[in-house]
Amino acid sequence: MTASLTRLFGVHNLALAEDVVQDAFCRAMEVWKIRGIPPNPSAWLMTTARNRALDLIRRERTARTFAPELTRLLETEWTAAAVVDEAFTTQVALDEQLRMMFSCCHPDLAEDAQIALVLNILCGFGAPEIAAAFLTGRAAIEKRISRGKKVLAACRTLFDLADADFVPRLSAVHRAVYLLFSEGYHGASVEGAVRVELCDEAMRLAALLREHPATATPATWALSALMALHAARLPSRLDPAGELHALLDQDRSAWDHALIAEGRALLEQSARGDELTAYHLEAAIAAVHADSRSLEDTDWDAIIAIYDRLLALAPSPVVALNRAIAVAQRDGADRGIAELEGIADRERLDAYPFYPAALGELESRRGNMARAGEQFRAAVRLARNEPERRFLEKRVRSCEDR
Amino acid sequence: MAEFIYLYRNSPAARQAAMGTPDAAQKSMQRWMAWMRDMETKGHLKNAGQPLDQSGKVVRGPGKSITDGPFVEAKDVIGGYSIIEAKDIAHAAELAKACPALEGDGSVEIRPVMKMDF
Repeated sequence: MTASLTRLFGVHNLALAEDVVQDAFCRAMEVWKIRGIPPNPSAWLMTTARNRALDLIRRERTARTFAPELTRLLETEWTAAAVVDEAFTTQVALDEQLRMMFSCCHPDLAEDAQIALVLNILCGFGAPEIAAAFLTGRAAIEKRISRGKKVLAACRTLFDLADADFVPRLSAVHRAVYLLFSEGYHGASVEGAVRVELCDEAMRLAALLREHPATATPATWALSALMALHAARLPSRLDPAGELHALLDQDRSAWDHALIAEGRALLEQSARGDELTAYHLEAAIAAVHADSRSLEDTDWDAIIAIYDRLLALAPSPVVALNRAIAVAQRDGADRGIAELEGIADRERLDAYPFYPAALGELESRRGNMARAGEQFRAAVRLARNEPERRFLEKRVRSCEDR
Repeated sequence: MAEFIYLYRNSPAARQAAMGTPDAAQKSMQRWMAWMRDMETKGHLKNAGQPLDQSGKVVRGPGKSITDGPFVEAKDVIGGYSIIEAKDIAHAAELAKACPALEGDGSVEIRPVMKMDF
């Protein structure tokens, strides 16, 4: 809704658009609390916002400049209502959301600022919620958002999907959506409902991208598949006490099989076209895991082969770490440790708790409990949140007990 | 059974406290809806009524002067009304005790609807 209004008012009037949305919500609440929620609340909200917008345009058309490309049409009563109505039709509203998403992923903004803007404008999260999700102070988030909005305002119009920068911008959008998802899935954030909401929002935004022919690229499908397959495992990643489960002893029956099926269907769609992205490969790995009934049943050859292609396409020490774990599953702990120690630019993992944790896991399989305990203690020191810390401390204790 | 009108009154400050944040507004709405449902299932709700906008105009006196509302001099404004059925005014007042309008410093004004019996 904010996106539709911004189309009318112009990006420089983003605050005004947000006020109108806020006002529509307040009115809705007042009426609903007495009359009950109508059968189609979102249509009701849209109509309210539409009427407020038209009101405002009539009242302020001399005092303010609205969207530059629409100014002439909004100036006269002959066309104003039609233009406002058009902005609220489903297809246009969808397009505006996409354009807003692309605008938020402005190259002048750092990735965390892009995500904060997306969460604020497109997902309706307030600064305190965003701050909670990113473990950052509220003031810092507010500053990040207001700085971001200034960059948007300077653009005057929303990003044009026909722009020459479309392709690089789309990959920035993909990255932002995936970061948003990762933040919810295993980021350094607090436990609780906000995290699951981040995953849900990321998947909703990806679904929006799939709706439009220009943005429904193979990479978009692959990213959607990847998130669905990961999200399917979310219920088993946290046990009732909130502890992170290693993939190794996850309860596979708790996985969401409907979501796995959806992920697989999305992955099939992503194969149409000649584009192969890191999202395709990561989704393929997730699909192999989802297909295996147990850890022993897993096709490690396939997984290692996909990791090899992924490393060739997008080298990263975290990918290499995951590949080393797969090698250990297939060829044993000794080979796994050798792989871990041989990772190129291993120093980039210095602050990553799962590097020592992986070494600890493999040392304990070799029966070398003293060294395993040492590694897990190192991992505890790097833990980024409580569930991680508790999980790793449990591993330290299990080494000391034996 | 007799008919009464409930006038929900609220001060701007209390209104802000109840509806100022999305979270508070959501909770307030849920309490109101629960209350309305409760009144309805017990057969006391004749007509749920409507909320009233906080802005308005006042036409006053023989001079027919028109002034803008809201009614700034008033400590509280009527935010809405409902028509309810109760045994008598004491019963109607008793029923109003559960109204969410009372949270904060709102009030419910209860007025019997006068009817001619022919």
